[in-house]
Amino acid sequence: MDKMPKWADAILVPLISLLLAAILSALVILAIGEDPRAAFKLMVDGALMRSAGWGYTLYYATNFIFTGLAVSVAFHARMFNIGGEGQAMLGGLGVALACLFIPWPHWTLALLGSATLAALFGAAWAFIPAYLQAKRGSHVVITTIMFNYIAFSVLGYILVNVLRPPGAGDPASVRFPEATNLPTFQDMFSTTANPMFRSAPANVTFFLALAACVFVYYLIWRTRLGYEIRHFGHSQTAALYAGTSGVRITVIAMLISGALAGLMAVNTTQGEAERLILNSTEGAGFIGIAVALMGRNHPFGVLLAALLFGFLYQGGAELALWTNIPSQLIIVIQALVILFTGALDNMVRMPLEKLFLALRKNKEAL
Amino acid sequence: MTLMQKFLGAAATLALTAGAALAEPALIYDLGGKFDKSFNEAAYNGAKKWADETGATYRDIELQSEAQREQALRRFAEAGANPVVTTGFAIASSLEEVAKDYPDTKFVNIDGWMAEVPPNVQLIAFQEHQGSYLVGMMAAMASKSGTVGFIGGMDVPLIRHFGCGFAQGAKAANADIKIVANMTGTTPTAWNDPVKGSELAKAQISQGADVIYAAAGGTGVGVLQTAADEGILSIGVDSNQNHLHPGKVLTSMLKRVDVAVYNAMKAGADLETGGTTVLGLADDGVGVAMDENNAALVTDEMKAAVDDARAKIISGDLNVVSYYTDDSCPVLDF
Repeated sequence: MDKMPKWADAILVPLISLLLAAILSALVILAIGEDPRAAFKLMVDGALMRSAGWGYTLYYATNFIFTGLAVSVAFHARMFNIGGEGQAMLGGLGVALACLFIPWPHWTLALLGSATLAALFGAAWAFIPAYLQAKRGSHVVITTIMFNYIAFSVLGYILVNVLRPPGAGDPASVRFPEATNLPTFQDMFSTTANPMFRSAPANVTFFLALAACVFVYYLIWRTRLGYEIRHFGHSQTAALYAGTSGVRITVIAMLISGALAGLMAVNTTQGEAERLILNSTEGAGFIGIAVALMGRNHPFGVLLAALLFGFLYQGGAELALWTNIPSQLIIVIQALVILFTGALDNMVRMPLEKLFLALRKNKEAL
Repeated sequence: MTLMQKFLGAAATLALTAGAALAEPALIYDLGGKFDKSFNEAAYNGAKKWADETGATYRDIELQSEAQREQALRRFAEAGANPVVTTGFAIASSLEEVAKDYPDTKFVNIDGWMAEVPPNVQLIAFQEHQGSYLVGMMAAMASKSGTVGFIGGMDVPLIRHFGCGFAQGAKAANADIKIVANMTGTTPTAWNDPVKGSELAKAQISQGADVIYAAAGGTGVGVLQTAADEGILSIGVDSNQNHLHPGKVLTSMLKRVDVAVYNAMKAGADLETGGTTVLGLADDGVGVAMDENNAALVTDEMKAAVDDARAKIISGDLNVVSYYTDDSCPVLDF
């Protein structure tokens, strides 16, 4: 046994990484002459101490859960789907088409319809890179990232030339009909005596995201398909020898991944903006990569990591509102967390492993 | 003092500075940020001028995400900021929703469009096509090759609006002029891609263009640079960019966002709202930049033609077709 205990791997490593990121961020804030403790307090107050703050934190987290799950499903088949951005954009188009052109009688049906279309559109957008990877060997990293740009252009064309109401300068569709508006947390949890989540964008899609976490857990660890996906990911040759079709697994894993990314659009497009805008994904597809890395590709880890990033986004907004910390530095702080938890993972893990190993040897020596 | 007390103390001072000092105006920049050398920076300059003159302070925020639009509007309104000035068309839809919840707060939006303007919102629109028309005339008159270029930022109706005015002006000065038009891209990065701007400028030069109008935010910096390097003329946009390459920039199409912001902050809580302020040539909301940097380039003939057209547009004798009227341009296909 040369491994450290599981609890250290799952909890200690991310915590130490976070601590390092926090220390560096504090130094950055100190360097520009602001008080890091006050800044941290402001972030916590703004993101976690008020229900409206939670409303924003959970709204961002919902996006990151979907894109994080998308990346992790593909990753179990050892594919790096960095096209979550484009798949979510197309998902947004699906949501808009469902909401604009089908007269839904009630939001529950509208949610069902738009989620189906969002997943279908996202999956369809992921299908082409998946097919190219499976049949032609074009690397999925290259094709998915290129498909992000194509998605942006497609969306731009459709918004400017087709869906934009005449006279408007903004490349965006008209507002969706009232019946399709999803209930926000404010609608669900407020009473007249005790208003909660005031005007925050978190909505019922959050529960859809939680359901997606459960779905992915069962899919990956409790079904035959999930087993095949993991098997294929761990050793392609062994999986092929065992009779698994590489083409089938590649395509199916990417389709599920694309569908999950597409579902994110339900939250931003139907839940928040209530119309289709050009910039509705705003990088959540890429944050999904960091979320999946930090969450160890496990749905529960993805959920926790998504909450953390939701906190960083909402806390960052509070910093931008009430301090003079420039927005670029807030991005630096967010990037430091990504860097330490995602990219520099081994920097913390290796010394820790050595430490545990040394401790164990000491014990054995005694 | 224990650590906890320090914590509480810091929080209390922060809460005070956050809440109490706000009977001041607020400014919300669009995505793209405060210092974009163009649109948002012009807004910042207007606010700074107001702050320097009055000695008062204002709050501002650079948005980072779409969901922050509504959040920033609400938080500033709840904190008592008045007026809340916003830049860019993208925030208009959120503003339309938020404004009704804060009837005592006055809001301003520059470049936005609403089907119905709420009573506490003032929209400010610029007649960019008129200013572009004038620089189009100058471009056509300055061109020796008979070909002029237009480089837009992101392909959105607003930029087509610029290009359409430019093309009409160029055609008015020289009916045989050839107009080459390119958009930098279809994503927001097109606003800040000087390298691509430079490539497009080179491509247009190879097609014979010898005056290029850049309506592309930060991308225009690359266009102006390449034009100067290759020895042709360029035209700047929004701010006066003549000084960037003295003697190489024919003129700049001014869009006085700074004046609009300054006026809104100066009016304060007495700001008139409930409609759309249209700033055109008559109000010096748009115009042509003439200074010592381009004096040698502008002939008397050009000056006379521009002054004449300006007077005619103001008096209504000359109608520059707006792209928005029927979402198409009579003289240029995009």
